[in-house]
Amino acid sequence: MKFLDNLTFGQYVPSESPIHHLDPRCKIACVLVLLTSIFMVRHTTSFIGWGLLLLVVTSFSRLPLRLVVKTAKPVLILALFTASIHIFFTKGTPVFSLGIITVTREGLRMAAFTALRLLFLVLFASFLTLTTKPMELADGLERLFSPLTRFGFPAHELAMMMTIALRFIPTLLDETDRIMKAQLARGAYFDKGSLWKRLKAFLPVLIPLFIIVFQRAEDLSTAMEARCYRGGKGRTRMHPLTWRTSDTIALLGLSLVTALLLIADRTLLP
Amino acid sequence: MSIVVDRLSHTYHPNTPLETRALRDITFELQRGAWMSVVGHTGSGKSTLVQHLNGLLIPQSGSVVVDGMEVREKSPHLRAVRRKVGLVFQYPEQQLFAESVLEEVAFAPRNWGVPEAEIPGLVQSSLALVGLDGQYLERSPFHLSGGEKRKVAIASVLASAPEYLVLDEPTAGLDSFSRKELVDLLTALKEKGYGILLVTHDLDIALQASDAILILNRGEQVVRDTPRRVIEHLRGDHIPGLSLPDIVTLSAELHDRTGTVPVTWDWRVLAQAIGEMKR
Repeated sequence: MKFLDNLTFGQYVPSESPIHHLDPRCKIACVLVLLTSIFMVRHTTSFIGWGLLLLVVTSFSRLPLRLVVKTAKPVLILALFTASIHIFFTKGTPVFSLGIITVTREGLRMAAFTALRLLFLVLFASFLTLTTKPMELADGLERLFSPLTRFGFPAHELAMMMTIALRFIPTLLDETDRIMKAQLARGAYFDKGSLWKRLKAFLPVLIPLFIIVFQRAEDLSTAMEARCYRGGKGRTRMHPLTWRTSDTIALLGLSLVTALLLIADRTLLP
Repeated sequence: MSIVVDRLSHTYHPNTPLETRALRDITFELQRGAWMSVVGHTGSGKSTLVQHLNGLLIPQSGSVVVDGMEVREKSPHLRAVRRKVGLVFQYPEQQLFAESVLEEVAFAPRNWGVPEAEIPGLVQSSLALVGLDGQYLERSPFHLSGGEKRKVAIASVLASAPEYLVLDEPTAGLDSFSRKELVDLLTALKEKGYGILLVTHDLDIALQASDAILILNRGEQVVRDTPRRVIEHLRGDHIPGLSLPDIVTLSAELHDRTGTVPVTWDWRVLAQAIGEMKR
């Protein structure tokens, strides 16, 4: 029986790839370039080019394509929902009609366009978490936001909160899995009956989980205080981030390719 | 009537970069009225193994058969198996959720569809089995001591009227007094006819109470035999993360030097042998 046994969006997968070795700030910048560019795409057929780019990035990351594609699973329902809204509610040239429902050519085009845009956004964004350790990601964000500290922005606190949250996701998933299994072993049902019954069935999971979460939070704060944690001022790092030539090449190379894809989208396609 | 595990293997996240082989070709049989201990270091596959015994994990290869009912996906017997094999997880007190001990222990029988009129009696008899009396019924489980919470959690599993009791590290975090109480309780349950499978990394408890011991190392079965033969095996073959209890090491050393002191895990036997040696 599988409960939380699947890889989830946001999970780091270790590998010895050039992308894994890039500076987290470079990867954050690359993802921002990719996401902004995808929002600027105008034609559905352009996504063929973006698909090829996805394959290239996947091969550089040395991750199985199946694994990368799997990260889009959680947004599949959202993509299908958005697509169906476009299919049934966009006005234009009718392709076929059934009673009050009319499917138009423009609706089909828009459905494919929005669904593909959403999927590519998630697929490219997933590379950031698949190839970057949560702690490195938080370090990268802290460094990127650090210039704002002079205006009172709590960069370190924000990064620390993010680090703790990310660190505890797998732990809480494990705890949830363990409690669910323990209640199942006592004959509980989680997947039968009305919606109300199913929600009620989760109480024996949620109550112990809340107790564990608060207990852990208290333990963690005590442990941090015991080690004299006083925020980010004056703190040094065991592994300071270093921007290398490879990071510059990666960021410039990716920016060039996305620029070419956008130029092709604007000039070559009707 | 027994639990038969035959060439059981399990791999987590198969065909992904996170693929981890947890169990490989595990075979054993646990009969009612017998006590078997599964011993191994952290990550040896003990917890994965026990989750197969009541269908929380389905065998990927090999088989698990409980009293003639095979554990497999969509088996019509899965709930019957789950009721027969009571599973007590590590730190079971962390699963408590109800407002009173009565409601907590009644959770399982209600899920199994036991008539409401029978539940109070069942709850009281389950609490009595773990040594708690009726005055606990209305108390909040969250206000009990650590040892009492664990007893309530075990009673809540016993309330399902299982025939086998599988316990995953039940002594973890308990003081020596509560630990001894728990071992005595399990011994009494074994004598009542329950099949006991105890998962532990504490070889001391396993040697004292078990009829058979199964040792796992990195998901593989190293040895499955009587406590005496397991000791012989461990004296010859070191298993990483698993050391012999001090009393066994001491008696083995004395045995090697004198030839008269037996290799034992029982302090009474050792004390007697030393006494005779002095005479």
